[in-house]
Amino acid sequence: MNWISNYVRPKINSLFSRREVPENLWTKCDNCGQMLFHRELAANLNVCPNCGFHMPISPADRFAALFDGGVYTEVAVPDPVQDPLKFRDSKRYTDRLREARAKTGEKDAMLVAEGEMGRTPIVAAAQDFSFMAGSMGMYVGNAIIAAAERAVKLKRPLVLFSAAGGARMQEGILSLMQMPRTTIAVQMLKEAGLPYVVVLTNPTTGGVTASYAMLGDVQIAEPGALICFAGPRVIEQTIREKLPEGFQRAEYLLDHGMLDRVTSRLELKDELVTILRMLLRLSPQVRGDLPPPEAPDAGTEAAPGGKSAAKPAAKKAAGQKK
Amino acid sequence: MNYLEFEKPLAEIEGKASELRAMGRANPEMDVEKEAAALDRKASEMLAQIYGDLSAWRKCQVARHPDRPHCRDYIEALFTDFTPLAGDRNFAEDHAVMGGLARLEGRAVMVIGQEKGHDTKSRIERNFGMARPEGYRKAIRLMDLADRFGLPVVTLVDTPGAYPGKGAEERGQSEAIARATEKCLALGVPMLSVIIGEGGSGGAVAFATANRVAMLEHSIYSVISPEGCASILWKDADKMREAAEALHLTAQDLSGLGVIDRVVKEPVGGAHRDRAAAMAAVGALLAGWLKDLDGKAAKALRQDRRQKFLAMGSQGLAA
Ligand SMILES: [Zn+2]
Repeated sequence: MNWISNYVRPKINSLFSRREVPENLWTKCDNCGQMLFHRELAANLNVCPNCGFHMPISPADRFAALFDGGVYTEVAVPDPVQDPLKFRDSKRYTDRLREARAKTGEKDAMLVAEGEMGRTPIVAAAQDFSFMAGSMGMYVGNAIIAAAERAVKLKRPLVLFSAAGGARMQEGILSLMQMPRTTIAVQMLKEAGLPYVVVLTNPTTGGVTASYAMLGDVQIAEPGALICFAGPRVIEQTIREKLPEGFQRAEYLLDHGMLDRVTSRLELKDELVTILRMLLRLSPQVRGDLPPPEAPDAGTEAAPGGKSAAKPAAKKAAGQKK
Repeated sequence: MNYLEFEKPLAEIEGKASELRAMGRANPEMDVEKEAAALDRKASEMLAQIYGDLSAWRKCQVARHPDRPHCRDYIEALFTDFTPLAGDRNFAEDHAVMGGLARLEGRAVMVIGQEKGHDTKSRIERNFGMARPEGYRKAIRLMDLADRFGLPVVTLVDTPGAYPGKGAEERGQSEAIARATEKCLALGVPMLSVIIGEGGSGGAVAFATANRVAMLEHSIYSVISPEGCASILWKDADKMREAAEALHLTAQDLSGLGVIDRVVKEPVGGAHRDRAAAMAAVGALLAGWLKDLDGKAAKALRQDRRQKFLAMGSQGLAA
């Protein structure tokens, strides 16, 4: 199998391109209960403007905000054998997959892309919690390997956003084997001397935390994210005592020396660019909202389509307001 | 002898045979031997029949059998000069993880494994074979030592999983596991692993990312325990039989999926019925593998390990 990614056609991704959201939709903040107009929430990258609570964000929306002008190229991921164990619980695994695909419009729980972030070329991978709880199966493993190989080929850093309930049980031992496989991907980056930055988002648990999500050169988490190996319920059942307030949340891990930083989603892009440019010994970043790269580097064809590049950039401007 | 629930009919027959013999001893004029021998034959046929066709859930029970040889037993039976080395140099000594220098057929190696304990006291002391971060960090330290002195690493895997505790989480259980897996992959010396009982999830992977991985015939290796899987996917922990089947966690399944390299045959009735024979079979396999890999270049060994795991999963179960 050819691990080197093929190109898929570059697309312009606006914050609203993937899923059409009705105009007058209100969302209630899970934390403070405030009713939020969806446009306002989306423009704020799904962070509650009232209390700062971080709600889930799809990989596509995240990339739209992350890459300059919202422009990026998807990196193709080799397809694994589907449903290798012919797994069936109360439902067939193939049915669960079909439903998740219909719901998210994505193939599986990870999206990989390349592009420029603050004029810094990167490869990024983002896990999709809305796709079967972001669970790590062979596709996710292949995605991380493809991301690492692409980064090594282009000599770019890899930024990975994790979000997962753990391993995908429906793939049995093959999901467990993604722990060593993704660790190999991280090793490829380290051997090539390329930075690997992990952004842990809510929640990151189980075998995902115990492999690629904890092996970053720099470990950043979004505020309030649950990050653990064993979940709080399992622990409470085992030790039969109440766990302390904030246990296994990002801030708790920071306090216990398990993370470098806890950073708001609204400030992440700037921070990632700042850190990466220092690790790569590049000049300080140019701040502010940048339009898509003018002269795309070899292999990347930025092809602004019907939705002009200006539109997502404008959307992003709102999202980036501090 | 501890009988498993599905061995009840067998226990009855064996019980009858020994009762009969006891009666014979008490009454020397009675000739019970012929009848007792017939019962023995019946029992051994039944044993072979039961163990020749164990369901996935029964294999889980055998893999967890309290009389099954554990890590410590293997080390005592197969290795000489075993010198335990303790501690992670940071926080504690984790008694769930045994490790140290030892010789396998004369060749100096590093042996590491999870030990479950054999009675209430030792089980508690060993935390039932569930390691905390210290255990993984101790393993990393020992693997690193082995790597620097050119000693092959042999691991004996037997754990329900990493310990789900408050302190374990606070001290970075996931990071410790991830680093241990990373260390396995970085070794420039041969690494051989045998799943001797339970290969429980990430806690097992951290010890089993090896050049060669074997499983005992009735051992299991799984992403989650059948009970855990049943309670999540079936919303009913009593559906562990169904979950065990669906997970394909037996040695035979994993061999079919290309995840392990060898299935080590157990004595009829399981490793706990003839511990010495079971351990000897593992010893013979390890010695053979060690001969194959010993002396290979560090780069080739790393590449071999990497290729093995990268290629994994390219095939599903044979139809
Ligand atoms: Zn709120």
